[in-house]
Parts: sequence; C-alpha cells; structure tokens
Amino acid sequence: MTLGGELKEGLKLSLAALRANKARAVLTMLGIIIGIISVTLMGAAIEGLTRAFNNSISSIGADVLYVQKWPWMDTGEDWWKFRNRRDLEIDYADKIRKDATLFSAVAPVVGRMGTLKYENKTANNVQVQGTTSDLLYVSNMGFTEGRFFTDEETKGDRPLAVIGADVADQLFPNQDPIGKQLKVNGLSFRIIGVRSKQGSFMGMFSLDNVVIIPIGRFQSIFGKHFHPSIEARVSDPSDMENAKEELRGIMRKVRGLAPLQEDDFSINQQDLLTSAFDKIAGTIGAVGLFVTALSLFVGGIGIMNIMFVSVTERTKEIGIRKAMGARRRTILVQFLIESSLICLGGGLIGLAFSYPLSLLVDKVLPTSLPISIAVIGIIISLTVGVISGIIPAFRASRLDPVEALRYE
Amino acid sequence: MKVIELVKVNKVYDMGAEVQVNALRNISLSIERGEYVAIMGPSGSGKTTLMNILGCLDTPTSGLYLFDGVNVSDMDDNELARIRNQGIGFVFQTFNLIPRSDALHNVELPLIYSGVPSAERKERALKTLEMVGLGERVHHKPNELSGGQRQRVAIARALINNPSIILADEPTGNLDSKTGDEIMLFFEELHDKGNTIILVTHEEYIAEHSKRIIRIKDGEIESDLPIEKNGKVKTTHPSEKAQA
Repeated sequence: MTLGGELKEGLKLSLAALRANKARAVLTMLGIIIGIISVTLMGAAIEGLTRAFNNSISSIGADVLYVQKWPWMDTGEDWWKFRNRRDLEIDYADKIRKDATLFSAVAPVVGRMGTLKYENKTANNVQVQGTTSDLLYVSNMGFTEGRFFTDEETKGDRPLAVIGADVADQLFPNQDPIGKQLKVNGLSFRIIGVRSKQGSFMGMFSLDNVVIIPIGRFQSIFGKHFHPSIEARVSDPSDMENAKEELRGIMRKVRGLAPLQEDDFSINQQDLLTSAFDKIAGTIGAVGLFVTALSLFVGGIGIMNIMFVSVTERTKEIGIRKAMGARRRTILVQFLIESSLICLGGGLIGLAFSYPLSLLVDKVLPTSLPISIAVIGIIISLTVGVISGIIPAFRASRLDPVEALRYE
Repeated sequence: MKVIELVKVNKVYDMGAEVQVNALRNISLSIERGEYVAIMGPSGSGKTTLMNILGCLDTPTSGLYLFDGVNVSDMDDNELARIRNQGIGFVFQTFNLIPRSDALHNVELPLIYSGVPSAERKERALKTLEMVGLGERVHHKPNELSGGQRQRVAIARALINNPSIILADEPTGNLDSKTGDEIMLFFEELHDKGNTIILVTHEEYIAEHSKRIIRIKDGEIESDLPIEKNGKVKTTHPSEKAQA
C-alpha cells in the first residue's frame, strides 16, 4: 500500500473513529481549542501592539534627530545630572543650520498646554506648539486644508495658526476652519491650515489635539522662559551616524565645551524608542508565549492520553487489521492522522473563536490577528497532534498480531 | 505442488525466570495445493501456536517454513504482512469483524491493504458477498447480522484476495449446530472449487469434514492420516447427541 493510499484510508478511518466517539473527541479538542485561542490571542496582542507602536512612532520621523536636555531613554545615570544641564535656546536652531552640511532642515519647537476658544466653544488642554516655518520640512507635515506659515510670516510673528484634526473636529464641526479667528489663551490667531490626521500614540493620547503657531507669538503668550527642543532632519537617512556626529560637534561648539568635558545635551532619535520597544515587546512576547504554550502542552497531554485509550480500546481491531495485511506504517499513519485531526479541528475551532475575541480585545488593547498568526496557529496545532500522537501510534503499530487478536 | 512446507519447526516461549516452554518441537509437515486438512489437538497441545506460524502471525524460533516455496521463517514484519494479505485468508472463531464497519467494508479490508483502487474493491467485495449469499446485506454492520451471517462475511473477507490457503480457526465454535453445519458445507464447496483449506479444531465431527487430520499433542505431531472415504462416518453434534 502506498503512503498516499495509507493517508487516504487513515483519514477515512479516523473520521469514522472520531464520529463514533463524538463527545470524547470534542472534550479532547477543548484542550487544544483553549491552547490555540490563548496562543493566537497572545500573538495577536503582541502583533497589535507592535503595529500600533510602529504607527505611532512614524509621527517621530525616522530621519529626524532631536536635540534635547533629557535623553528619551533611562541611561541609568543620575537624574540630577540631566536636571542641572543648561537649557537649550531657540537661536541654537539658526546656529546649527549655519554650520550643518548633512541636514536639510532644522527647527526649534516649544510646547505647552493651552486653552482654545472659537465663538462659544472651548477646547482645554490642547498642545500649543511654537516653531518656525522650518518644521514643515523637518516633519514632512501633511495638510487636509490650507498650508503652513512661511519664513517671512515666522519672522514677522504673524498671528497665524495651523490646527490638528481633533481641534478642527471639536471647534469647527460642519464648517471650514480656514480663515477663522481662533483664540489661544485669549490671543487671536487666524487659521491658515489643518494638519492631516496623525492618530494617537499607542492609543493613549491624540497627536491631533494640537495647534501650531509662530515661535515669537508663543513667547508673547507664555513668556520667554520656555526652552525648545531642536529638531533636525538628516538629508541622507542612510548616513544617520555621521549626521549625529556632526550635530554633536556643532552643539559642543555652541555650548562652548572643552574637549574633555561631557556633552551637556542629548541627541535623541526614533530608533532609541524602537529598540527599547522591541526589547520590551520581545520580553512580553517570550513570557506570554511561554505561558500560553503551557496550556497547549496540557492540551497535547490530553490528546496523548486519549490516544493511548483509543489504541487500547482498539487493540483487537489492530490485530484484525494486521492479520488482514496492514503494515506497521499503515497502523502508525492511521493513529497519527486521528490525533492530528483532533488537533487540527481544535486549532480551527480555536481560531474561529479567537478572531472575534481579538476584535473584542482590540477595544482595550491594540490587537490584530493577521493571516500569518492564523497559519502559525494551524501549524502549531498540527505539530501538537503529531507529537502527542506519535507515541501511542507507535505503540499501536508495534502490537504483536497474535496478542492483539487475543485481546478482549 | 506444496503450498506449505515445515521443516523441523520449533517454537520456544520464554516465560521469564529461565522457564522455557517448547510449544512446538521439530514439526515437519507439508500440505499440497487443494488439500483440506484439519489440525486437531486438545488445548495446550500447541495447535494454536502452529496455526499462528502457518498464518504468518508469528515466526518459528528455529526451523524452516516455506510458504508457496518462499522462506518466510525469517521475514520481517512488513514482508509477513504482505504474505498475510495476499497469501492467507483467515476465518476466526469469533469472526473478528470490525464492529464499526459494514459488511462491504469488512470484506474490502484485505484489498485496501493490497492497494486495490476503490471502485474495483467495491465491485469485488460485492461479488464475493453475493457468492456467500449476503448480497442483500452488504451495508449491515456486524451487530446487525446473525452469527452465521457474520461468519460468512468473514469467509468472504478471507476469499477476496484469492489466497493460497484459507486458515480457519474453530470456525463453528461460536455457532449453533445448524449454522455450523451450513458453514462446514460451505467450506466443502470451497474445497471442491480447488481452495486449500486448513481447519484448526478440537471437535472430531468438525475435523471429519476434512480429507486429512493432523493431530498435535505436546507440541509434536502425534498422527497425520488421511480420512478413508469409505471409513467416514456421519457424526452429529454433541448437543444433538445429548438430545437424542
């Protein structure tokens, strides 16, 4: 008998055997169903978090360097060291622009929470950002309507504002915000642009609840004691390291640091966050998958157990089949298919449950169940089936026909 | 032509603790194609061991077993499975049908393991079931059939692959006398058609349906005699005797 024939016959026999013991098959499957649900949901949650993070992080350009007083990542150094650093000044941006060769745009950005008013509507806790026209080139900003302010408008401290999508929705539902007079902490600004939607950062806070105004105007509202971070866009993203070194050199000169003095500023970039996230996601993933894999393991033990029962129950049948000319491999394949079918069925049912569940979890935590996880789930369940079936099937195939026929 | 030839076959069982049981001692016998042989012996005589070896379910500890001229005494599991599949048709006392499968599928079984395609399998199984008089019951499961019908399904299964020998182990042991007689008549028909039949039994009156009786005792051949046609007496089932 060929392997193909054995597989076909094995499939028929296994289906018949499972049909004959439906309740048992379903109960055994339950272990795998639960295992697959937890594994795929875990995978989906990690996948969802990663996607959400990648979406969020894209608002921080991969090719933008941020000069700031504080590093983004805890370096394990003394908090006071960073606290006591000198603040950054707005004119650093001009100084950097003057000396830099590897950067295409440099902009200072100051930020603070403020209150917006339009007619009788108010929006509290909106991020007010003051910057120069260069931010347009640094951040690759997109607009649903209007434009950003120009260099002349920045220098002239014109009372112009660009608003985020949330502000537009909140203060100007059903009307065109362009040209409207918006009050930012009591001062009037004319809206010249609406920024395209950025989404939220990890589902936590919106990046669209923002208004951007010329930096001089910002100072006239909030005062001059706000210190910016300097955002600089690298011309050639493949040359990040050299650009970073150049920026560092310029900053050291601007700060007047002696050769042996430490940097008293931090240069931050997106991949700091990405690598930190990857580390965290990797740890969560490893621990989570280990725990969920345990449940799958328990399911696998259940199947092995039931396969032993199945083999014992059918000892006589195995004897008959052997007397009729079934080879060892034929019997082995038959029982392997049976355990694989249980697992495959469990895997499919598990997936059928985990898809709607993932949509539910998505309401709380970013979750997505891509095809790749579904396919991996199926492969895992088949593997569990084969692994937990192999010992019982092997035992069945090795039964002595004389003994097996005598078994009652 | 010899279909079976045993030369000095021994079977020793290790019972542990250095106890050995010589189930068969120096058995030599040969059976020609077309013979109808009964193997007789009380329980513990070794006749079951002999049957297992003849049926290629077991291998001898020493000695030679030629089946259709091929040495099977040291074949491996897979080769033995092939001999059982194509060379031997088994009929058991307890029928040994697969309970979940219908008559048709039970009869098809040896053909499945021979790799015969499904359509041909079905056709041959139907034909064979018709031949044993069960053409109307092909889709009945064993528990929906009477003992005699079950045994006929088993006989159909034994015949389907045109085996060299039919090996029947107490085929009437679980049947009432009337049905048992029917089955024995059926075996006679099969013999008349040229089939080689080996019947294992401990019942004298069953053995007398054959043409030659080999008696086993303590693992050895006690006697091996043809039944004289004129000397053959019509015996009856012990239960009938008791009634009379």
